[in-house]
Amino acid sequence: MEFTITPWILVLGANSDMGIATAKKYAASGYNIYLASRNIEALNQHAQDIQIRHHVECVVLEFDACDFERHQIFIDALPQLPTGILVAFGYMTDQLVAQENSVSAKLTIDTNFTSAVCIIEKFATMYSAQGHGFIVGISSVAGDRGRKSNYIYGASKAGFTAYMAGLSHRFYNTDITVLTVKPGFVYTKMTQDLDLPANLTATPGDVALAIKKGVDKNKGVIYVKPVWRLIMLIIKLLPGFIFNRTNL
Amino acid sequence: MQTHGWGRYPVIDSKAKTLEAADLWRSPFIPTGNFRSYADAALYQHHLPMKPHQLMSNFDGETGLLTCDAGVLLSDIVATFLPRGWFLSITPGTSQITVGGAVAADVHGKNHHIRGCFSTCVESLTLLWPDNQEINCSATQHPDIFSATCGGMGLTGIITQVSFYLKKVSSQWINQLSVKTLNLRDTFVAFEKYKSVEYSVAWIDCLAKGNQLGRSLVMLGEFYQNRDLQYRSPSTVSVPFTLPSFTLNSLSVKVFNELYYFKQRKTLAFTKTSVQTFFYPLDSIHQWNRIYGPNGFIQFQFILPKAASFEGMQSILTQISATGFASFLAVLKLYGPHNDNWLSFPIEGYSLALDFKMTKALPAFINGLTDQVVALGGRIYLAKDALMTQSQFEASYPNIPQFKTFRTEHCLDQHFTSQQAIRLGL
Repeated sequence: MEFTITPWILVLGANSDMGIATAKKYAASGYNIYLASRNIEALNQHAQDIQIRHHVECVVLEFDACDFERHQIFIDALPQLPTGILVAFGYMTDQLVAQENSVSAKLTIDTNFTSAVCIIEKFATMYSAQGHGFIVGISSVAGDRGRKSNYIYGASKAGFTAYMAGLSHRFYNTDITVLTVKPGFVYTKMTQDLDLPANLTATPGDVALAIKKGVDKNKGVIYVKPVWRLIMLIIKLLPGFIFNRTNL
Repeated sequence: MQTHGWGRYPVIDSKAKTLEAADLWRSPFIPTGNFRSYADAALYQHHLPMKPHQLMSNFDGETGLLTCDAGVLLSDIVATFLPRGWFLSITPGTSQITVGGAVAADVHGKNHHIRGCFSTCVESLTLLWPDNQEINCSATQHPDIFSATCGGMGLTGIITQVSFYLKKVSSQWINQLSVKTLNLRDTFVAFEKYKSVEYSVAWIDCLAKGNQLGRSLVMLGEFYQNRDLQYRSPSTVSVPFTLPSFTLNSLSVKVFNELYYFKQRKTLAFTKTSVQTFFYPLDSIHQWNRIYGPNGFIQFQFILPKAASFEGMQSILTQISATGFASFLAVLKLYGPHNDNWLSFPIEGYSLALDFKMTKALPAFINGLTDQVVALGGRIYLAKDALMTQSQFEASYPNIPQFKTFRTEHCLDQHFTSQQAIRLGL
């Protein structure tokens, strides 16, 4: 690996709307970009766009989060260690599907938790050795408390949130930033068929801006729309005998 | 969702489709950009928002040829390329429109008398036709499709990608000369005198009467040569809520117009102006359309052939100042020759654009003016039109039959329509 003075960010799961929006936000502030995902074809179009608009380098890489064997190979092939990484990949299926089909449940947990932990841990080791870096993980408010409507996805994100909290603790008082992002509702491909309440729903651009600010200010956990912090606090504090009667 | 154009009249309920959805072609719709056409050109019960499609796919730093998705905003292009010494070859008076919208309305700018419409700088474009058939067209490849689409108000297919030329500039500053004229004759003389200057437009005091009728500030501009390309995206202020509809009345507009006209004391004033102020003065007031109150407003823009321009303008301005229908903004502009696009607005002559607050009496007034415009061999701009009738339209745009035949032949009439298209019988 080479070391340059131009900062790089690696976006894992760059085909997600929040991933690409964040990549563009960083490109606008002069970062070079690694875009990594399974679907390279769509990424190439975004890479063109980023290069034209921002005059930065943008490299597309093939990456399958659930192909654990290849995580190390992927990292070894990186021309330079990125200044920071964003884990934006995720998998969500309908709760009922996940309940009835254990393959689907396992895929949810493998993607959102196991693979995220494995790949991040490798970067954590490298950042620890060099003494700086940032790690951003997109978790979910669904992980704050398990609810019947999506507890398998929620459990995978709860695990991920706990992992990120621990990592943040480990790097307390270092130059390594560990940021957990809980976006709440976001207008994305995943949610385009849902009728979301406008004042609780962020755009991918809002998420990108919140991430950039969060990293710059060395935050630990951010809710993109601050009202979500309050909503989730209430949901977390509801006693079980009341919570279990709700239809959340 | 509720949809409306920039004039906030009319308002209709419309469902949004997506390009990727399997049921896209099952019901007719209108592709939409940033909803900056003024009335019902982008309104129908189903619409296809193209703004999410914003990728730039190629830029040639030698020729200035940019290829991008139809949903890219012109403001985005200015912010990206002006610092590198490139600017839009043709830009309308707002940068808040999409590239697809610029093609569909074949927009023009302050340099129409020299450079023509937006289609002039379009090298080629890609359309999506029913059953996801991709069509590439240009002035030489499928010229009929190209001529139908540029100015075709989105009724000839989904414009997905456009390749067009930016122009090299060496500054982000405009060398502006403002000429204060005393009456309409004086204004016309100024336009003709400075017709070799790249950019020209006049703000006209449409409430002035008698021997002051048609007094104006004629603004002329050219890019500086000073190599200063530092560009900062403009800061904006916002109209935070819809103002009550009495805010703008003939008195308040008269006061504004007097102040604006008399602010410039000398006949000639030279200023160094930013691109933002010169081309997009209203873009820095976010949602300025709210000042016209809850009923919205109509923008009435017509053009008259040169031979009929002076008498025609004089007659229409006399009626406007007599009736007191207040127009906050009135813009007069000299145009160059018309192009070959079937529904493109410009013809060689002068156009006047006026804003009118929507009232009960307004449609009849506009209808009367439109009749006069048509009788003089002029026409109404489709991107602004809200009230034209089918017969007025057919009497003023000669290429409608071939446009309709084209739509029927390619089954486009079954898939693309808008409230405006229905009103005009397209």
